[in-house]
Amino acid sequence: MGSKASLHLREEEIEAIQQETGFQSNQIIRLFSRFTSLDKEQNGFLTRDDFMRIPELAINPLADRIVDAFFNGGEEHVNFRQFMRTLANFRPSSAKTSEDSPNSRTNKLKFVFSLYDYDSDGMISKKELLQILKLLVGANINQDQLSHIAERTLLESDTNNDRHISFEEFKTVMVRTEIDTKMSVRFLD
Amino acid sequence: MATSEDIIEKENSINRLGSLTNCVNEQHKNFELSDVVYLVKSGIEAVIDDEVTKRFRAEELSSWNLLTRTNFHYQFISIRLSLLWFAGVVLRYCVLLPLSNRILVTCFALTWLFVTVFPLTLMADSEFKRKAAYYVNLVAFRIICRGFSAVVDYHDKENMPQSGGICVANHTTTLDVAILMQDRPYAVLGQIHGGFLGWMMRTLSKATKHVWFERSEVRDRMFVSKRIMEHVSDERNFPVLLFPEGTCINNTSVMMFKKGSFEIPTTIYPVAIKYNPWFGDAFWNSSKHSMVQYLLVVMTSWAIVADVWYLPAMKRQPDENAMQFAERVKSVICRRGGLVDCIWDGQLKRMARVLSWK
Repeated sequence: MGSKASLHLREEEIEAIQQETGFQSNQIIRLFSRFTSLDKEQNGFLTRDDFMRIPELAINPLADRIVDAFFNGGEEHVNFRQFMRTLANFRPSSAKTSEDSPNSRTNKLKFVFSLYDYDSDGMISKKELLQILKLLVGANINQDQLSHIAERTLLESDTNNDRHISFEEFKTVMVRTEIDTKMSVRFLD
Repeated sequence: MATSEDIIEKENSINRLGSLTNCVNEQHKNFELSDVVYLVKSGIEAVIDDEVTKRFRAEELSSWNLLTRTNFHYQFISIRLSLLWFAGVVLRYCVLLPLSNRILVTCFALTWLFVTVFPLTLMADSEFKRKAAYYVNLVAFRIICRGFSAVVDYHDKENMPQSGGICVANHTTTLDVAILMQDRPYAVLGQIHGGFLGWMMRTLSKATKHVWFERSEVRDRMFVSKRIMEHVSDERNFPVLLFPEGTCINNTSVMMFKKGSFEIPTTIYPVAIKYNPWFGDAFWNSSKHSMVQYLLVVMTSWAIVADVWYLPAMKRQPDENAMQFAERVKSVICRRGGLVDCIWDGQLKRMARVLSWK
């Protein structure tokens, strides 16, 4: 499929997306309508600029990281399939959701992990932690205090003392967080 | 007024910048890895549904009013409906348009306007001239409104704006001016245009005093305020009509009011205008339609039906600043008109490009 530009949604595509993501067809149609309203130049794909044009997103301190999650690697365009794949992570999950579903607990955690893990090496380093902290608090706290907070967080989570947080260690730390509700968006029927 | 097409129910809104600090950890609490989750969900919700982008699309109706322009998701329902739609097209384009002579009436209205205004422009300022101007304006705009088949209900006329004050209203289209002026004349604030519209404005202003600015003067807020103040202090002038949103909104909500109008120390007369979407969409999407295209769209709709509420006069209290006063006026207008009180700035639809250049 690749980054094929398309301005209309065909039946087969709706079905394919339904299979892949679990969204219902009317949800897919409405999200396509949303996709096209973001696609200012009607290219059939979205660029980083299209995302950052949303004021509510632009003021979010993690805006860049969230937008990154939609783009595969170094690509510049997101087509509707990729758009839906990323949003699929946020469908509500339950005890019955299978592990490989995009909206499973594990996959939701992987999403959050990838926000921290900027170089995608499967580990969160202290440097990456610091970067996120800086985004969150901006210039309000000085370097030393930030470093201190990052250090403390690292020590709490890093059980094998390799100065990195692996995905397994991350999962352990997040075990008490209600990821199912906190990382689910309430899609209406 | 939420549309029936909402995709999600938002839970993590960061609409108010103040609450942004609530979602990041409180200062006395320790940072935890899970703290980012709130912002992630908030960001994704914004991607799916944000308050600004959806205000600049025409309002969606829950049922179809037989105008394809308001039908976004075409689905073939039945032969009968299609036939009905076709009959509607014939009626609107071949019967209503020429038969009720909407275009003809509008042309007549403009001619009438000049014929009646011209003698006034030659007169020196006098009591008679001002009274005549009052009625000339009224009649001219009433004929213009007939040209668009505008059916307007005015409520609470006892609160009608008086000379020496500023009338503020929510903005949906240029027709707002015509609709308000058919009930009483106002002094309009405007930029000097070139072309036909500019010529029309200049002629109008020979009979009635309006407040005109060069494009360069518009940036100078102090200058603008001073000019308005000058106009308003003369009791003989008509009240000034202002649209504080600064741009046309699709009539489902009222966006942030620019505080400039509210800094001037005079009485504010709020007016709420709500168009009935069943008869036609009055919203002028200036990036989609030019003026002429828009007028054609308006003339081939069923009608322009609107409600206008005159709200009691308001004055800025000594303990509130211009921004708070603006918010207060805005919420009064919203409540009366049944519109959503939106805190975002309408200008963002144009300025958003600047954000992306960072």
